[in-house]
Amino acid sequence: MCLAVPSKVIELKGEYAAEIEYLGNRRDVSITLVPDVKQGDWVLVHAGFALEIIDEQYAAESLKLWREMNDELAIT
Amino acid sequence: MTERILLAHGDGGVLSHQLITGVFHKYLGNNQLNQLNDAAIVKSEHGSLAITTDSFVVKPVFFPGGNIGKLAVVGTVNDLAVVGAVPKYLTAGFIIEEGMLISQLEEIVKTMAATAHEAGVQVIAGDTKVVERGSADLVYINTTGIGFVPEGRNLAYSRIEAGNVIIINGSIGDHGLTIMSQRAGLEFITSLKSDCAPLNMQIEVLLQEFGDDIKFMRDPTRGGVATTIKEIATASGYDMLLAEDNLPINEVVAGMADMLGLDPLYLANEGKFLMIANKIAAKKIVEKINKFPGCSKAAIIGDVKTGKGNVFLKTAFGGTKILDLLVGEPLPRIC
Amino acid sequence: MNWQLLKSFRNPQIVKELSVILDNRIALVTGKLGRPPVLMEVCGTHTMAFSKTGIRSIVRDKIVLKSGPGCPVCVTAQTDIDMMIELAKCPGVILTTFGDMMRVPGSYSNLLEERAKGADVRVVYSPLDALKIAREFPNHEVVFLGIGFETTVPIIAMSIKEAVKQSLKNFSLFSVHKAAAPVISVLIKDQTLNIDGFILPGHVSVVIGESGFSFMAEETDIPAVIAGFDPVDLLQGLIMIIEMIVEEKKGVGNQYTRLVKPEGNQVAQQAIRNYFTEVTAEWRGIGSIPGSGLVLKEEYAGLDACRKFSVQAPPARKVKGCLCGEIIKGKATPFQCSLFDKACSPVTPVGPCMVSVEGTCSAYYNYDRGGNW
Repeated sequence: MCLAVPSKVIELKGEYAAEIEYLGNRRDVSITLVPDVKQGDWVLVHAGFALEIIDEQYAAESLKLWREMNDELAIT
Repeated sequence: MTERILLAHGDGGVLSHQLITGVFHKYLGNNQLNQLNDAAIVKSEHGSLAITTDSFVVKPVFFPGGNIGKLAVVGTVNDLAVVGAVPKYLTAGFIIEEGMLISQLEEIVKTMAATAHEAGVQVIAGDTKVVERGSADLVYINTTGIGFVPEGRNLAYSRIEAGNVIIINGSIGDHGLTIMSQRAGLEFITSLKSDCAPLNMQIEVLLQEFGDDIKFMRDPTRGGVATTIKEIATASGYDMLLAEDNLPINEVVAGMADMLGLDPLYLANEGKFLMIANKIAAKKIVEKINKFPGCSKAAIIGDVKTGKGNVFLKTAFGGTKILDLLVGEPLPRIC
Repeated sequence: MNWQLLKSFRNPQIVKELSVILDNRIALVTGKLGRPPVLMEVCGTHTMAFSKTGIRSIVRDKIVLKSGPGCPVCVTAQTDIDMMIELAKCPGVILTTFGDMMRVPGSYSNLLEERAKGADVRVVYSPLDALKIAREFPNHEVVFLGIGFETTVPIIAMSIKEAVKQSLKNFSLFSVHKAAAPVISVLIKDQTLNIDGFILPGHVSVVIGESGFSFMAEETDIPAVIAGFDPVDLLQGLIMIIEMIVEEKKGVGNQYTRLVKPEGNQVAQQAIRNYFTEVTAEWRGIGSIPGSGLVLKEEYAGLDACRKFSVQAPPARKVKGCLCGEIIKGKATPFQCSLFDKACSPVTPVGPCMVSVEGTCSAYYNYDRGGNW
């Protein structure tokens, strides 16, 4: 149900499609669910569609969180 | 057993095994056949002969990295090589679909000739049949291979011992995923290509150099590395422990597998051999393989332990999971 | 954004360090509860992810991790499979489906066996491929089997939009789509349910947002966390839910912030509203749940396979003894089911827990039947 991979938008192809790449594999997907997508964005791809744009800031924050938890644990 | 043949009966997994034991062994069974080895070895006063047969029905017939002709030679040559035989002769039977372009057939046969030459084997007998349009997916090929096993060489399940290690000569899943990615509807642009290649020359070098340190070999074709290792574990009665960290997987293969929800451990390989060897010789064996042209990813991927025929994978994250035989053909998933 | 950043969510070193943090939190919650915490993950893909990464085995003796009814494939009712099979048997029909459906058992057969008997059943990667087949074969009726929760429904909706745009007359959808929230609502209303915390489906949440699960704060004291699927996500999700249990917090936390917004993907939600309407749906092993099914709206009746074809499924054959309903709710284990490892196995699955390659029963079949490491 939730099998989806993060992929990079290589090239927008008109209003409705984009070429994405994941670890060297490229494919065209529909971007009708992410109308604001730009070239260079990373998106979640599921069944031939981009489902959402991945937020870089939140990604970095999520990783920062474990570092903080780690430091906290080291102190205790 | 199911009432009808399903595609899964040809995938090397659970259903294939059920079909083989439930139908073929039931009526044709004998000591040789029942061992399910890659090739049968027949002893005579002239020496030991190895014989194997394989049918090739791959679709599409042309794929990145090769075609059905190359596969037909490679598959049979490798089956002989992994039982320790020096492959010498092949027969080739063709079932050709009415309407196939002769230029396509020529391309395939040309490749077969080149591959046979590379492997040092000759096609010495053949047959051709033509069937009606719609019947053979362009062409099916059967090859039977004959090789000779040098005196004193004995690669067998019985030689496997606890403490041995499992070696593979390169990356896994390439062929299976290449074929999958060519299926109608998937339309990926990718650098994936089949790994199909004859291994007999390399295997002969290794057997001559490392002799008895090499206990057993199989080529992990349909069903993939996981299924093949499970078969070895079951037949030998030992447990096998694989380390995910050590599995050589090309990034593009991992990527495609992720996108389709497939596991490279269960996808076919056509240019790989699994080897069970003595631990002390293993590092040198791997180094030797990595010096062969085009090889750089050979690795020790697991250990043999006393057990009951289970196969475990230690994941890259420190967890463990059990690997069983393939159940059903690998299909692209959304779940 | 680059791959290095995203790849970090699969970094074994980070996972290792998170495991230490998790152990620390587990000690706290076990101390507080007097027993290991019981968590339920409600998503087939989470079930897979926990098994595939081996994280399930790492937490095995410290957390009781149950698999809930979140596999839309496995909970597809037997009668729905029977209907799909009847559609496949209609002359001239090309049945297109995601690969997941091929082995799900109907009353008498499955799609794989029907293909063997001559039905034209084709596996596709995307519903757009099914539209392509419809264009390629104008004299055949192409039926697409719509399965999946809200992760997939917007995609099907957009494909229907495309079908309308292309004026395709030979395409239709057989929808067994389901919504995730209603089944969770049923679970939490069960007074005998012994779950301390939920791990919610990450990609469903990408579409419906944190707000899609906000009902939980009102309907239960059991906390929940929306988690992603990479190993770091799984561990962070476990840490977060355990912290919520320790702090006696209720409501829904969000671990998957890089993709799940509070309001979700509004374009996707609108797409669902434009084309689908809610109905009562039958869940294998659970029964009927009102408002849990999604079918095409009346104005798209021409694209609804149920209305386009007048086929009737044969009378359903009930299999006695399947305990999936109880197992899914975490109230029984596979060993208590009389069919387990006898009539029901991965090769011949009966209920959803075995149909899913990584469902509870499948997992027990692989892990707990005499495997020690």
